[in-house]
Amino acid sequence: MTTSPAAVSPAAASTAHEAAQLRRRRVVLTVLALLAAASVVGYLTVDVVGSWTFVLKLRSTQVAALVLVGTAIAYSTVLFQTVTGNRILTPSVMGFDSLFVLIQTVIVFLFGADMLAQTDARLKFGFEIAVMVAFSVLLFRLLFRRGSHDLYVMVLVGIVLGTLFSGLSTFVSRLIDPNEYLTLQDVMFASFNSVNEELLAVSAVLVVAVMAYGVRLLRRLDVVALGRDHAVNLGVNHRSVVNQALVAVALLVSVSTALVGPITFLGLLVANLARQLTRTFVHRWTIPAAALVAVIALVGGQLVLARMFDFTTSLSVIINFVGGSYFILLLLRESRS
Amino acid sequence: MSVTESPSLSRTERPAPARGGRTNRSARPPRRLRTRGEIRVWHLLVSAVVLALLALGSLFVGVSDITPTDLVTGDPDKVRVFLVSRVPRMAAILLAGMAMSVAGLIMQHLTRNRFVSPSTAGTVESAMLGVLVAIIFFGSQSVMAKMGIAVVFALAGTFVFLQLIRRTTFRDMIVVPLVGIMFGGVIQAVTTFFAYRMELLQSLDTWSNGDFSGILSGRYELLYLVLGALAIGYVFADRFTVAGMGEEFALNLGVSYTRVVNAGLAIIAVITAVVVVVVGAIPFLGLIVPNIVTMALGDNLRRVLPVTALGGAAFVLVCDVIGRTVRYPYEIPVGTVVSVVGSVVFIALILNSRRKAV
Repeated sequence: MTTSPAAVSPAAASTAHEAAQLRRRRVVLTVLALLAAASVVGYLTVDVVGSWTFVLKLRSTQVAALVLVGTAIAYSTVLFQTVTGNRILTPSVMGFDSLFVLIQTVIVFLFGADMLAQTDARLKFGFEIAVMVAFSVLLFRLLFRRGSHDLYVMVLVGIVLGTLFSGLSTFVSRLIDPNEYLTLQDVMFASFNSVNEELLAVSAVLVVAVMAYGVRLLRRLDVVALGRDHAVNLGVNHRSVVNQALVAVALLVSVSTALVGPITFLGLLVANLARQLTRTFVHRWTIPAAALVAVIALVGGQLVLARMFDFTTSLSVIINFVGGSYFILLLLRESRS
Repeated sequence: MSVTESPSLSRTERPAPARGGRTNRSARPPRRLRTRGEIRVWHLLVSAVVLALLALGSLFVGVSDITPTDLVTGDPDKVRVFLVSRVPRMAAILLAGMAMSVAGLIMQHLTRNRFVSPSTAGTVESAMLGVLVAIIFFGSQSVMAKMGIAVVFALAGTFVFLQLIRRTTFRDMIVVPLVGIMFGGVIQAVTTFFAYRMELLQSLDTWSNGDFSGILSGRYELLYLVLGALAIGYVFADRFTVAGMGEEFALNLGVSYTRVVNAGLAIIAVITAVVVVVVGAIPFLGLIVPNIVTMALGDNLRRVLPVTALGGAAFVLVCDVIGRTVRYPYEIPVGTVVSVVGSVVFIALILNSRRKAV
């Protein structure tokens, strides 16, 4: 299933094979792009009642948020899995979106709701993201100091850290004055249906900037994916690439959590699906594929659930159900091999 | 507690954690019993007295100001608050703490894995799903009937978990609880889905976060059921110890392995369901207390069980008093306090066990 970019192709047969693989990946990406576009168009136009301009304006904000979040989650998960060198870890399994919620709660606790209400939302967002990036890079560094020798211990510690962070947020939020807490609750726990437009624009700029910067890293990340020793031997500055990737991950996780809250298993699903569909580990292919799958899952899933079955906001629950089952499957399969 | 401070805490003679699959179980010598710490009757007595003092102290912590003199002088209002709210609350704390810790202890023996407990094997989540099903389909039935349904679900969930880990040939110390936590997450997703559809999310919230603030006399008496389960657990203790040494070993000693495992599962399911229905889930409790106690006192279940029960009660009591005082006069649910304390201790346990195993 792997087609390593470094594979030597001695004969014409393997060149033909390479060409077939390339064609296959192009077809996969095209189909995914078409499906994603169809979901977006469907989401915007199905079941419109009343004023088109109003509905389109409302729905296009939602779609924009979903596309942004899906892309951010897909991109960050693929980077994170490459850097940590395994397919089970994702930033959210490691508790990083709960860390973001915790940081927000602590900031509210320290500075009070009044002050936050008066501060510009974008300024506050920038500050939160700065704190988040600092904290998470520190935590990544601590956790992966000696490499990820012991994967399962890592995952278990990460999951329990997630519990710890959300326990701490509940704890701190109970220390906040109950009245202040009420006014903050809806700001902190956003959902797919209520998206802060002001933040959306800032987030979009941020996500696009991070991804554009990340593109320059992709080739070196292909090498990092071979493992630390290989990467160093091949002349890649492993430490610097990993650091840059981790900062990018922290930024993307913060943005997506701030916009719609934690969706634990989406990243795990889309990153692994993307690798299976494209049959490669090359980031140039897996990242777009993962992003498209995420958009299909979020926009298409929301479309089917909300418009056809009339289920509201239970998409993240379904993703957790499917993702959790898939995670068990991965665990059982990995531990057998 | 004083018991865990017994002199010989040296862990050098502890066997490596039970790893490897059932496939090579005949090749592996039976796990040696850890019998390091000596436990005497006076240890138990001293810790029981300390716990009793703690419990008495907790009776006078709360929003309305009650002092022992008020009880002596017989102020009718205060005596009423004391009898209707404070005493039942203390009883509920002690019962739930004891029961969940012992359930965890038995579970760790049966699965031969130190990181398994009702909250890391899907048992708690299954019980919650059971309560939800009971409310949706049998809303008019008595509380006992609903509890019965929760017990059945808890049993079924735990059984599925056991089958699931039986599927893995490589039963790693860490993979088993990981599968359990994920399995619990999947069941939780199903529960949330239906709770959302039926507009029962708020009720779900009360079961998922343990909280003693709603305990009043008349609302908690079902918890006394766990005393029965604990007694049966004590009677079966030696058989659990034998079962914990492996199926073959147990059969050689003439113990019916299947029957013992089923008895253990029943006890665990009853305890978990009762605690979830009355108090709500208290995370990590069944994990941490038994681990700390067996680290100090060894693996003989009958000797360890009473200390585990006392330790569990004390742990919950302390966490509840913290929750009551930190944000006085508001309260932080005990489930939140325990999840913060518990996850820190759990992480320490994992990292510690790995460092030694390598």
